[in-house]
Amino acid sequence: MATSDAVSQDLSLQRQSLAAWWRSGDPWIWLTSAAVAASVAAVLGLIGLLAVNGLAHFWPSEVRAIEYERFGTKTKIFGEVSERESISRRQFMEANPSFDKRVPATVERWLIKTGNRQANPPDFRWLFEHDVITSSVPADVVVIERTEWGDAFGLLVGIKHEGESIEAEDLWGEFQVRIDRTATIRNEIHELQEGSINGINYELESIRLEKRRRQLDDNHEFSDLEAEEEALRADYAVIENQVFELTRQLERDSASFSLADGRINDIPISAIIQAWMPNGMSVWQKLGLYFKNLWNFLSDDPREANTEGGIYPALFGTVLMVLLMSALVTPFGVVAALYLREYAKQGPFVQLIRIAVNNLAGVPSIVYGVFGLGFFVYAIGGSIDDLFFPEAKPAPTFGTPGLIWASLTLALLTVPVVIVSTEEGLTRIPRAVREGSLALGATKAETIFKVVLPMASPSILTGMILAVARAAGEVAPLMLVGVVKLAPTLPIDGNFPYLHLERKFMHLGFHIYDVGFQSPNVDAARPLVFATALLLVLIIIVLNLTAITLRNRLEARFRVSIN
Amino acid sequence: MSEERADGHDASTEIPEIPTPASSIEEAPSPNEWKDEDICLTVSDLCLHYGDNEALTDISMRVVRRRVTALIGPSGCGKSTLLRCFNRMNDLIDDVRITGEIELNGMEIHSTSVDIAQLRRRVGMVFQRPNPFPKSIYENVAYGLRLQGGLPKSEIDDRVEWALKNAALWGEVSDRLNESALDMSGGQQQRLVIARAIAVQPDVLLLDEPASALDPISTLKIEELIHQLKQDYTILIVTHNMQQAARVSDYTGFLYLGKLVEYDTTNIIFTNPSEKRTEDYITGRYG
Repeated sequence: MATSDAVSQDLSLQRQSLAAWWRSGDPWIWLTSAAVAASVAAVLGLIGLLAVNGLAHFWPSEVRAIEYERFGTKTKIFGEVSERESISRRQFMEANPSFDKRVPATVERWLIKTGNRQANPPDFRWLFEHDVITSSVPADVVVIERTEWGDAFGLLVGIKHEGESIEAEDLWGEFQVRIDRTATIRNEIHELQEGSINGINYELESIRLEKRRRQLDDNHEFSDLEAEEEALRADYAVIENQVFELTRQLERDSASFSLADGRINDIPISAIIQAWMPNGMSVWQKLGLYFKNLWNFLSDDPREANTEGGIYPALFGTVLMVLLMSALVTPFGVVAALYLREYAKQGPFVQLIRIAVNNLAGVPSIVYGVFGLGFFVYAIGGSIDDLFFPEAKPAPTFGTPGLIWASLTLALLTVPVVIVSTEEGLTRIPRAVREGSLALGATKAETIFKVVLPMASPSILTGMILAVARAAGEVAPLMLVGVVKLAPTLPIDGNFPYLHLERKFMHLGFHIYDVGFQSPNVDAARPLVFATALLLVLIIIVLNLTAITLRNRLEARFRVSIN
Repeated sequence: MSEERADGHDASTEIPEIPTPASSIEEAPSPNEWKDEDICLTVSDLCLHYGDNEALTDISMRVVRRRVTALIGPSGCGKSTLLRCFNRMNDLIDDVRITGEIELNGMEIHSTSVDIAQLRRRVGMVFQRPNPFPKSIYENVAYGLRLQGGLPKSEIDDRVEWALKNAALWGEVSDRLNESALDMSGGQQQRLVIARAIAVQPDVLLLDEPASALDPISTLKIEELIHQLKQDYTILIVTHNMQQAARVSDYTGFLYLGKLVEYDTTNIIFTNPSEKRTEDYITGRYG
C-alpha cells in the first residue's frame, strides 16, 4: 500500500515537473532553435552539395589505363573515374540477365570518362569492377583539352610540322611551345574578329540602314555612303586576308597520340587549348591548374553547345540584367510609394490599391513573362520600331525579346516589394521631424526630398535587396522576353551606343536549365550544372551583401533620434 | 472642505514664490498701457474645430513685441493648438476648421495671398521634443538658410555661427560641426533646434514646452537662452511648468477648456489673478 502510494506520488510529481517544463517555455526555445538549425543546415547543405559536385570538376584527376573484358572481348582504355557506386545483385541481374557467374550481394560499378569522343566513342562508359582485368596509373598519359569534341587522352608519340614528323629531344617541351604559339595566333584572330571585323560589320550595317532610311525619304543620293562603304569593304578585305593567313599558320602543326589500345590519333594543335599530364603532377601543380581551370570557366565563352568552356556571357548577362532591373524598379517603386503614403488621402480606396499591390507580388512569374512579351515586346517594342527604326524592317530592332524588356518585366515583377518596404520606411519617420522641416518654411516637396527620402533610404534599399533576390533567380519569364541559349555578342561592346539594350543575352538560370536538360551529353554537362548553380547562388549572395552593407551604413547615418 | 485638506496636506500646492524677472530691465507694462506699435500679433475671435470638437473658442489676445508671453493651462486646454495657429501648423491636420483672425504685424495670416512657407520663416517654432534632422550639426542649422536658396557659402557659414552663438551652443560644438546632430545630448539638441529656428531670423519664436523633455540643468540653460533671445524676438512659450512661466515670461495667458480665461502681466497672474479658476490652477488645485 505504502509502495503504491509512493509510486503514485512519484508519478504525480513527474507529471507536475513535465507540466512545469512545458510551462517554463524551454520546449519553445528548443523548437525555435531547432527550426533555425534546420534552415541553416539546409542552406549550408545546398551550397555544400553544389560546391562538392561543381568544383571537383576542375581538379585535374588521375587518368588510369584500364583493361577490361566484356562478353569475351578485351578492351584497353584511358580514363578518369568520375563516379563509383554500388548496385544490388537484383538490379545488376535485371540489367544483365545473361550473366553466368556468381554475383555477389552488391556489385561495384565505375563511370569512366574515356574522352576521345571521335576516335573511341562513347566518351563516358560504366564498367563493373569484376570486368576489370588490370588498372594502372601510367605517369605519362596526357589529357588534352580541345576546342571541339571534348577532352582526349593518350600518350604523346610525335609532332608533325606541316605533315612531316620532326625529331625533338624534349617532345613534351616542343609540344607545349607549339600549343603556346597556336594560342597566340588564336588570340590574334579573336581580336581581329571581335574588334575590327565586328566594328566594320557594325558600320556596314549602319550604312545599309542609312541607305534604306534615305530610300524611305525618297532621297536616292547615296554617293557619299557608297564611297564610305567602298572604303570599309577595302579595310575588310585586308583584315580578312590577315585572318586567312593566321588561320593557315594555325593549321601548321599536329600531334600524334597513341590510344590505350595502341592506335595512333592525330590531333591538330590548333584544336588544343591546353594539355597536361595529371599523373606526374605534384599537388601544387594540380592546384595551379585547378585555379586556372576555374578562372577559364568564369572568363571563357561556352563551347560545344554549352557543355564545355566557360559561362562568362551568362554571368555578364545575369549581373547586367539585375543591375538594370534595380535601376528601373527602385525609382518607380519609390515614387509610387511616395504618392500612396505622402500625397494620397488615406481611405478605403488607397487601402484597396495597397492590397492590390501586395497581391501583385503573388502572381506567378510566367504570367509576367507572357505580359512582358505581349505588352513590352510586341506593343511597345513594335511601336518603337515603327517610329524610330522603320529602315531596319522587316527585321525587328526593339520589337523582339531583349535585355531591356527582360529587365522591365522583372522590374514589374518586383515593384510591389519595393513599394511595400518603402511605404513601411515612410511610416516610420517621426512626425516631429517632418514638422521640424515644415516649421522652417520648407514646402512639402522640399521636406520629402531633403528629409523624408534620405531617412527612408534604408527601407528603400531593403526593398531593393528583396527585389534583387527575387529577380536574380527568375528564369521562366526571361525565356519569353530576352534570354537565349547562346548570344552571339555581349550587350555591352565597343560600338556606339556601347550598351545595346535591344540585344538578347544569356543568363545563368537559363544556362543551368539548358546545360542540364537540353544538352546532348549529360555526363559531360552534369558538373557544369552544379558549378553554374553554385555561381548563381554566389552572385545573388554577393549582390545582396553589397546592398545590405550599403543599407547598414545608411541606417547608421539616418537612425532616428531616440532622445 | 476637500480643498482645505489638500492645502493642509500637500506642501507642493503652496503658492509658488514669484521670482523677479531678472533680465527685463524695465517692468513689463500692463495691457492697458500697450501702444499699437508694440503689438506684434493680434488674435481676434479665433475659433478652431477638429471635426465636430471645438478646441479653441473665441480667443482674442494681443502679443507684445520683444516680450515673452507664456501660455499655461491644464493638459488638453488648447494652448499648444493655439500656438500652432500662429505658424499655421494646424493646416497639416485633416478636418481642421479655423475662423477668426490672426494678424502678424498687421497682416492677416490666413489670407489667401499669404505664402505659408514665408509665414513659417517669419514665425519659427521649437517643439516639445528635440527633433534634429539626421544630418550634421552644421547642416541642421543651415537647413532653413539653404531653403531660401542663393545664399553664398560664406554667408551661410556666418549665419550658422551667429545662430549657434545666439543659442549658446557655439562653445560646445564649434569643433565638431560636421558630426551628426543625433550624437548630441538632449539639451544640446534642443538648443540646436532653437539655433536652427533663429538662423532664418524670424520675427516670432514659438516654443512648445521646449524644456519638458530635458533634465533640470538643460532646462536652466534653455531658460537663460529665452531671456537673451527676447531682446530680439517676440517669444510665445507654452509650458506646463508654472515656475518656468513665472521665471521666463513677461505676460501669461491662462487657457482652460479652449478659452482664454485670463491674460495679464505674469506678475498679476501669479500674485493677484482676477479669476478664481486661474488662482486654482496656479496654486495647483487642478491641472
